[in-house]
Amino acid sequence: MNSVLVSQAMPRRWSQWWHSGGPWRLTAGVLALLVLLPIAVIFTGWVQIDSEVWRHLADTVLTGLVRNTLVLLLGVGVGVTVIGVSLAWITTAYEFRGRAALEWLLMLPLAVPPYVLAFVFIGMFDFSGPVQAFLNGWLGPNYWFPEVRSEGGVILVMSLALYPYVYMLARAAFIAQGRSVIEAARIHGLTPRQAFLKVALPMARPAVVAGMSLALMETLADFGAVSIFNYDTFTTAIYKAWFGLFNLPAAGQLASLLLLFVFVALIGEGRLRGKARYHGDARGQRHLYRARLHGWRKALVVGWPLLVLTFAFILPLWQLLTWTWQVVADDLDERYWDLLLHTLTLGGFAALFTVSSALLIAYTRRHFGHPLVRFNVRLATLGYALPGSVLAVGIMTAFAWVDDRVADAYEAGFGVLPDWALMGSVFALVFAYGVRFLAVAYGAVDSAFERIRPSIMEAARGLGASHGEVLRRVYLPILRPGLLTGTLLVFVEVMKEMPATLLLRPFGWDTLAVRIYELTSEGEWERAALPAVALVLAGLGPVILLVRRSATTH
Amino acid sequence: MHPYLSYGVLILMSFNPIRRSLLAATLGALSLGFALPALSADKVVVYSARKDHLIKPLFDAYTAKTGVEIDFITDKEGPLLQRLKAEGRRTPADLLITVDAGNLWHAAHEGVLAKIDSAILNGNVPAHLRDPDGQWFGLSIRARTIVRSTDRVPPSELSTYEDLADPKWKGRLCLRTSKKVYNQSLVAMMIARHGMDEAERIVKGWVANLAEPPFSNDTKAMQAVAAGKCDVTVVNTYYFGRLQKSEPNLPLAIFWPNQGQDGHAAGTGVHVNISGAGVTRYAKHPQAAQALLEWLSSDEAQALFASLNMEYPVKAGVEIDPLVAAWGGFKADETNLAEAGRLQAEAVKLMDRAGYK
Repeated sequence: MNSVLVSQAMPRRWSQWWHSGGPWRLTAGVLALLVLLPIAVIFTGWVQIDSEVWRHLADTVLTGLVRNTLVLLLGVGVGVTVIGVSLAWITTAYEFRGRAALEWLLMLPLAVPPYVLAFVFIGMFDFSGPVQAFLNGWLGPNYWFPEVRSEGGVILVMSLALYPYVYMLARAAFIAQGRSVIEAARIHGLTPRQAFLKVALPMARPAVVAGMSLALMETLADFGAVSIFNYDTFTTAIYKAWFGLFNLPAAGQLASLLLLFVFVALIGEGRLRGKARYHGDARGQRHLYRARLHGWRKALVVGWPLLVLTFAFILPLWQLLTWTWQVVADDLDERYWDLLLHTLTLGGFAALFTVSSALLIAYTRRHFGHPLVRFNVRLATLGYALPGSVLAVGIMTAFAWVDDRVADAYEAGFGVLPDWALMGSVFALVFAYGVRFLAVAYGAVDSAFERIRPSIMEAARGLGASHGEVLRRVYLPILRPGLLTGTLLVFVEVMKEMPATLLLRPFGWDTLAVRIYELTSEGEWERAALPAVALVLAGLGPVILLVRRSATTH
Repeated sequence: MHPYLSYGVLILMSFNPIRRSLLAATLGALSLGFALPALSADKVVVYSARKDHLIKPLFDAYTAKTGVEIDFITDKEGPLLQRLKAEGRRTPADLLITVDAGNLWHAAHEGVLAKIDSAILNGNVPAHLRDPDGQWFGLSIRARTIVRSTDRVPPSELSTYEDLADPKWKGRLCLRTSKKVYNQSLVAMMIARHGMDEAERIVKGWVANLAEPPFSNDTKAMQAVAAGKCDVTVVNTYYFGRLQKSEPNLPLAIFWPNQGQDGHAAGTGVHVNISGAGVTRYAKHPQAAQALLEWLSSDEAQALFASLNMEYPVKAGVEIDPLVAAWGGFKADETNLAEAGRLQAEAVKLMDRAGYK
């Protein structure tokens, strides 16, 4: 009886649910929840509050750490914005010899992990490095040189390592604006500078803010670069609570405070982006008019990008190659093939998984924007700001919990423990990367959505296309560049990722980043240059592809 | 599926990444599988905080000798210990290797290690370098000593770690960061010996004498001494050895502190730490793990263990690296290293209070 009633009632509700985007919401919701799980685990640290640890931190180091963190955020925020926006504007608005090459060369620092740039900088510029040795030989011992291991030093290194995010997104925005916007501004009597400040820059603001927030989240999560400078930030407190005071719950509490801060900041970012939508002039995109400059202006426009490139990429690579040269005969063996292969394989799988998830979530949020889904998305992209080890432990704890349940059931059924588990599987590691880098993929995918006029979707739906069809036949072709950007970004990020790889990799799955960690943690900087060079070179391919793609599709 | 094969699949997929991405992710997850290291008797699974290049040659030698396969991953101690705890009885790990005693003490404290009563281990490893309870055993000694500038500091000016707090060293001392466990152990042992107040006074004295903000590693601290930024520093001897190998002419020399008469504050001996190991409580191959541990304490392995990184063997009478031997012998602090673990958190707090970054 009952079943008959249900089956009569079901089709109606079922079809209603189905047609109002139910499956999309469900899948996106489940994905977002899965991604949220490890972050939730970190919040469970609050169950055990050790007031003594808190009092100790508050009495001694906490104020200094908070101050340092804020200064670092401010410095890196200004640094990446100034460098990124200026370079993006120079390469889109001006014509000079070598511009086309600079356009993609300026992306290359993305392949250099911040921790590598940090140890190279200190190795080159501090008192025992070649630069000061040269000055010493030339000027004698009484020369002046800025202190490398200083607040300014950390900010400089982080800004040089992270500006490509802003550069990439701002450049795409400037190109998408088309010249007609600027020309219109000029016709109305604005000087070139006014046109940039009053029209181009405000229109590119969402992209600049998006790039900056990626850079700042990575700054917050960073432990490698700051510890090489021995510059204590909030992350230092998290690790101190865990490794020094052996209090993981306290580390979780600190980490969740960090998340809360990021969450509030992200809401602020949403406000900063504002409600304004800019849809560039599609016709103007193919023929960009670029101004030619002369005299000192030209020198500035050509010199500045070269200066940045020199310090962010050429000098570090040269130093790495010099070090590599000293050790390559002893250290390079056939295991490096495996390291490279593992690095690429993990990067590839993680990129595909993360971008597909981001696409699904972004589409769902856009068209079936349930408030709960929107909230989930916000939370789910927080993983990027968490110190890697803390997130890795959250993921591990969640997996261990699942493994425990499965093992209990298996044992009850078969009388032995299973010889397989989630933890230590490639699946777990790929999922961990997904949690960590969803924000990166989501940013790229979502900003690609941003450029689609809502009317296109409405037209397609009006013509009777299903959601699957709309996504496949209308959106995917338009989103392609954005999806590719997301894929390549995650790929490069995963290659550089260290803590989650260390903790969750299956036996035998060492990567280049793992080898860098092993050598730098023993203070063997020169030997670490070999895997670092391999990592940078392996990352160059995707980065070049990234830029060429974004150049050709516009 | 073999990784090469899955990489091939990945390349194929990448031609049309968007449409096939879901397929690829699914395939990847399925093909790479969830397998743990197989449960065979001729195998030991190791979680190691000692790095690949300092441990793999030993494992290779053991496999060549006995045919026992060794699977291992390396990471920091904290995450490895956490993983052991989270995996509980399901853990695949048989042996935990760390590079300091504090973390071994904590592993034992958290109940993830098994007690072992082995005449071989008890015979080879001196009592102060192993757990009184038999849960962990030291395998190599790492001495943390003073390095001086040969240009500016005659040996007669130096005496003890404690003396580095004396105002005569103002602006002449360089130190590595307090976040490194080696310094935490050093301070923990001073708390054990002098009590909290006196230890804090000493550490504050060090901080007041610093010429430069603390360095992120020992090598940089020594280079600062060589470059004339400061006159003395405190480092693990193998870092000195490595630096000496790459730059033999640096004006630096080792000084062994606290070598005075037994029973006096000045005669407590050089602070030593260990790289050591313990068999896990839920080991799937406990006998094989114990056999490996026993072999690691044997003459053959000890010579290799120590020479890989210019450390000192724990077993008496084992030959040491000629470069290391040239630094001369020293009297070591024989307080049981379990103290370093017990007091580590206190040491960290003390250094925070003293403003030692």
